[in-house]
Amino acid sequence: MILNEAFRKKIGLAEMLKGGVIMDVTNAEQALIAEKAGAVAVMALIKVPSDIRKEGGVARMSPITCIREIQATVSIPVMAKARIGHFAEAQVLEALKVDFIDESEVLTPADDENHIDKHPFNVPFVCGCRNLGEALRRIGEGAAMIRTKGEAGTGNVVEAVRHMRTIIREMRQLTVMSHDELMVAAKHHQAPYELIEYCHKFGKLPVPNFSAGGIATPADAALMMQLGAETVFVGSGIYKSPDPVNFAKAIVKATLNYKDPAKVLEACEELPDGMPGLDIRQIKSEELMAGRGW
Amino acid sequence: MAGKGKLFGVLALQGDFEKHQHSLEGAGARQCEVRNLDDLKRVDALVIPGGESTTMLRLMDYYDLFEPLKAFGAEKPIFGTCAGAILMARGVSSPAQKSLDLMDIDVERNAYGRQVDSRIIELESSIGNVEAVFIRAPIIRRTGPEVEVLASYLGDAVLVRQGKHMAATFHPELTDDTRVHKLFMDLVGE
Repeated sequence: MILNEAFRKKIGLAEMLKGGVIMDVTNAEQALIAEKAGAVAVMALIKVPSDIRKEGGVARMSPITCIREIQATVSIPVMAKARIGHFAEAQVLEALKVDFIDESEVLTPADDENHIDKHPFNVPFVCGCRNLGEALRRIGEGAAMIRTKGEAGTGNVVEAVRHMRTIIREMRQLTVMSHDELMVAAKHHQAPYELIEYCHKFGKLPVPNFSAGGIATPADAALMMQLGAETVFVGSGIYKSPDPVNFAKAIVKATLNYKDPAKVLEACEELPDGMPGLDIRQIKSEELMAGRGW
Repeated sequence: MAGKGKLFGVLALQGDFEKHQHSLEGAGARQCEVRNLDDLKRVDALVIPGGESTTMLRLMDYYDLFEPLKAFGAEKPIFGTCAGAILMARGVSSPAQKSLDLMDIDVERNAYGRQVDSRIIELESSIGNVEAVFIRAPIIRRTGPEVEVLASYLGDAVLVRQGKHMAATFHPELTDDTRVHKLFMDLVGE
């Protein structure tokens, strides 16, 4: 099985991040706001996804000075994004000692057929997925954390919901199959057989399952947690909102108390409306980020 | 949760609390999540899990749990792992932050380095060899005279006991071995 020592160590950090909020930040000042609000980790990137979407062009790994500044500012883990398949960017981020690398569809893919072979790295990786097959292929390559993709930078939670419901449903279906149906299930999901077997036995992924892409309000965070996310990533939802400091705090509170509507209400109290959102159906198909990943 | 015996709470603000619940369950303890003051009032002993100590402190502030946890620790046993150990210490450095001051130890946060410096080792301890998973772990830089050192790694204490409290800088909850949890259960008594 792939759960060897090195892999368990990587999953260990993902375990520590459960029940929290991971926030996208573009500079040290935003990282400090995130840490003070109670984020469990920050994701360093050059622009929040909604700006990447707006400005177009090629989105790459963040400038090193930006990541270093953030590392020097906060004591919580610092994550950074590399382009899909760009193992040299990942090598640079590992040398920089970031705590987690996100091989992310939010950046422009560098390889349109292969993802990074993540097992040889010492640093853990998180990857996006839209369904169980995609999640298990990424885990097979060595991802120590999975996040459902949603559609980043839209402020629209519908894709995050679709992806989370899909993966949870597909796992549930595996648990009621008989053992002799699993090979065909592996064929159907285009996923490694041993990981299909794991999901059949335990009804869950062998790594933590987080949610990303379109979470813009405390209620969105509570929704994703109730659907089965173990932590939420919030990108544009905080710094594109009219009141980042209070949005950050409110989303942390709602994530902690997702089972308690009265506490979620308390978190939402006095917040203005969230960031301006986008209808997914009005985005051109070539501009959708969730489709990137193979 | 059925049956008699002491009820162990696991502080579930954030972190790998589910893993601790699993370990306690495996060791035969009755256990439950502790998310608020009402939960805390029900339990006989508490585990503070691994996670991000800065984040946990923030969440304790949001829901006024810091002082109640301190008061709980004055009377009842607490076992802290990693972030939990940091929260139980007297002094915290790198950077300095407040703590519950329940054990006479000083800790330095993220003292081995960043995630790439995390490690899994075979650790000699008073209960035999255990597998110790260190994740962005702190180092206990000072132990007071009343602190009993149960295991050390590279010259630093990593598993300590003082009166009714215990702390580990590693994560026994990330292995299937429940001996460290049993040690805490023995401390709590029946």
